[in-house]
Amino acid sequence: MDGWPGVVIMIALGVGFAAVMIGLSVLLGPKNPTPEKLAPYECGMPAVGDARERHSVKFYLVAMIFLLFDIEIAFLYPWAVALRDLGWPGFVQVVTFFLILAVGYVYVWRKGVLDWGPVARATRAAARREAA
Amino acid sequence: MIPLSSYLIVSAILFAIGTAGVFLRRNLIVILLSIEIMLNAVNLSFVAFGRSLGNVDGQIIVFFVMTVAAAEAAVGLAIVIGLFRHRESLNPEAFTTLKW
Amino acid sequence: MFNSSFDAVVPMLCVVLAALASMGAEAFRAKDEEMPIGGLGIVGLAGAGISSGLLWNRNAASFGVLVADNFALFVTLTLVIVGILTIMFSSQVLRRDQLPKGEYYALLLFSLVGMIMMAMANDLLIVFIALETLSLSVYVLTGIRRDDPKATEAAFKYFLLGAFSSAFFLYGIAFTYGLTGTTRLDQVGAYLAAQSMSDNPLILVALGLLLVGFAFKISAVPFHMWTPDAYEGAPAIVSGFMSTGVKAAAFAAFARVFLSSFEPFSADWAPIVWILAALTMILGTVVGVAQSNLKRMLAYSSIAHGGYLLVGLVAANQVGKAAILFYLLAYAVTNLAAFGVIALLSSREKETDELRDFAGLWHTHPALAALMTVCLLSLGGLPPTVGFIGKWYIFSAAVSAGYYGLAVIGVLTSVISVFFYLRVVVMMYMADRDASAPVPSQVTGLGMVALAASIVAIIYLGILPTPVLDLAAESIATIF
Repeated sequence: MDGWPGVVIMIALGVGFAAVMIGLSVLLGPKNPTPEKLAPYECGMPAVGDARERHSVKFYLVAMIFLLFDIEIAFLYPWAVALRDLGWPGFVQVVTFFLILAVGYVYVWRKGVLDWGPVARATRAAARREAA
Repeated sequence: MIPLSSYLIVSAILFAIGTAGVFLRRNLIVILLSIEIMLNAVNLSFVAFGRSLGNVDGQIIVFFVMTVAAAEAAVGLAIVIGLFRHRESLNPEAFTTLKW
Repeated sequence: MFNSSFDAVVPMLCVVLAALASMGAEAFRAKDEEMPIGGLGIVGLAGAGISSGLLWNRNAASFGVLVADNFALFVTLTLVIVGILTIMFSSQVLRRDQLPKGEYYALLLFSLVGMIMMAMANDLLIVFIALETLSLSVYVLTGIRRDDPKATEAAFKYFLLGAFSSAFFLYGIAFTYGLTGTTRLDQVGAYLAAQSMSDNPLILVALGLLLVGFAFKISAVPFHMWTPDAYEGAPAIVSGFMSTGVKAAAFAAFARVFLSSFEPFSADWAPIVWILAALTMILGTVVGVAQSNLKRMLAYSSIAHGGYLLVGLVAANQVGKAAILFYLLAYAVTNLAAFGVIALLSSREKETDELRDFAGLWHTHPALAALMTVCLLSLGGLPPTVGFIGKWYIFSAAVSAGYYGLAVIGVLTSVISVFFYLRVVVMMYMADRDASAPVPSQVTGLGMVALAASIVAIIYLGILPTPVLDLAAESIATIF
């Protein structure tokens, strides 16, 4: 029965983390519901219609960024399993790895890949008008 | 216990399917998928070899190959999008500005 | 021999930091703000060069998978030279063509990291990762001119065949791992030397797959199909970079894998590489003669030069191994300068890469025509240029190892190749300018400095090659 308190703590942490995140976004997030957002399957596209229409290339970009950053997480699992054996050198190596990854993230963020949706579109349009 | 040779045969078949796909399919996205199949066939070999040798190197290598494959897919898809914008086609036979 | 010292990583680290810094600089750059991002790259590369100099003769190793022996350091220094020259040529090209500066330099530096890593790799997995690091960056660089359909198409063809070949290479690694239980090159070599496995067909399969992977990267015939397309479609300076840097890195890894780990099987692979070398020299030269596009012609010439390097690999004696290193350096400087001339002459609208664009260049750009002539003579292997010395050592290595056939093919193809190099020279001096054609742009600043430096190196090494040759000989003394 030794491992069980750990499992309980794990479950509590997991549920607590999710609850806090959802709670925070309910409390702090701006709310301007549109019919699209209230649809049962809110995915940024009209859920009903021709499946073969063109998607915005922004979806692609975000999917690609997600793919790249997501797969790097795979390196965390072996490290986490061998945490005790690797010790501080291992920790330093993983932190270095993620710092390098963070540079990529900052680059993507500053380049505006993460700015999308109506607000970003409006700002960009305003900037264009100003330039013209 | 399934013998090592079975895994290797499956892996070789997958690799052959991927290779054939690269040569035969006429859609850039499917060709990219075929290359992914080839890489994953090799991953299967690595895991099988690692298990039969009793060391974990094979599995570690697979981690690296997976990340490399993801990076490759991202670059490949980006190039395909660029290509599609110029040609409005995904058929490799449409790309003939440069002599093969 | 687990050694956790970081020494061998330092040259790479310098370049990685420069690449990350240029990414950061680009990210926080205000629109239209000028930043000397190329300078960052030069600083990083200089750091790599200095640290390689300090590591000379120390045989540093890191984590057992990276070794900074003199062989790796010689290739690293070659790559540093390639990188610095490329950045110097690029500064004008990027401004003129309005290419994204930060991205360009970051990709360039990351691909150089991959190349250095490939030269230092002592583990097949590291070779693979290095290969992918450099390839992925170079694929994007090939297509960096996004509005040009030719460049995008070139990038895709290069990507497709590159990814395809790396799958073969990886499969070869898998078989090697399965048979020997390790991917470390020294352990693979020790294992293969200890066991008599010549009757095991799987080791031959592994050998063949690895060979296919390398042959693609060094564009040996019949795995060369991507080369002319990629070189023609890419911006001229990127073609110059990939024809020299990628080739140097790939040959370094090729030599290390085949001349040390798979040395016990040289009886099996030497005849195959013999045929590859012969085919590569012949096809590169013969098809090169028929080209009317200078970039395409240089692509076939680069294929043929890969063939000469393969001759050194087949010969596999001390002279041959040193000759490979010297030839890589000689070829890098010469070819980069030749592509540099094309890149600097081009304009945003049009690359000056057709043969007729060079007609009468002597009248408009006498200095550039003279510089181009030296490069072409060196590529053709005429004295007193470095190209002559390089070929001389390669072929004398082949003769002393008893490969007379290869030496004869090599000399004959060199003679034929002189014809198509001289054709350009004749065009530049004898032909009249096409009056309707736009005058190519003038060359100023860093690009001219880089060109002058390359020409000095070509002629200096052509007359006094001994110090560098000794260095190359010293480099291979520690391994193999």
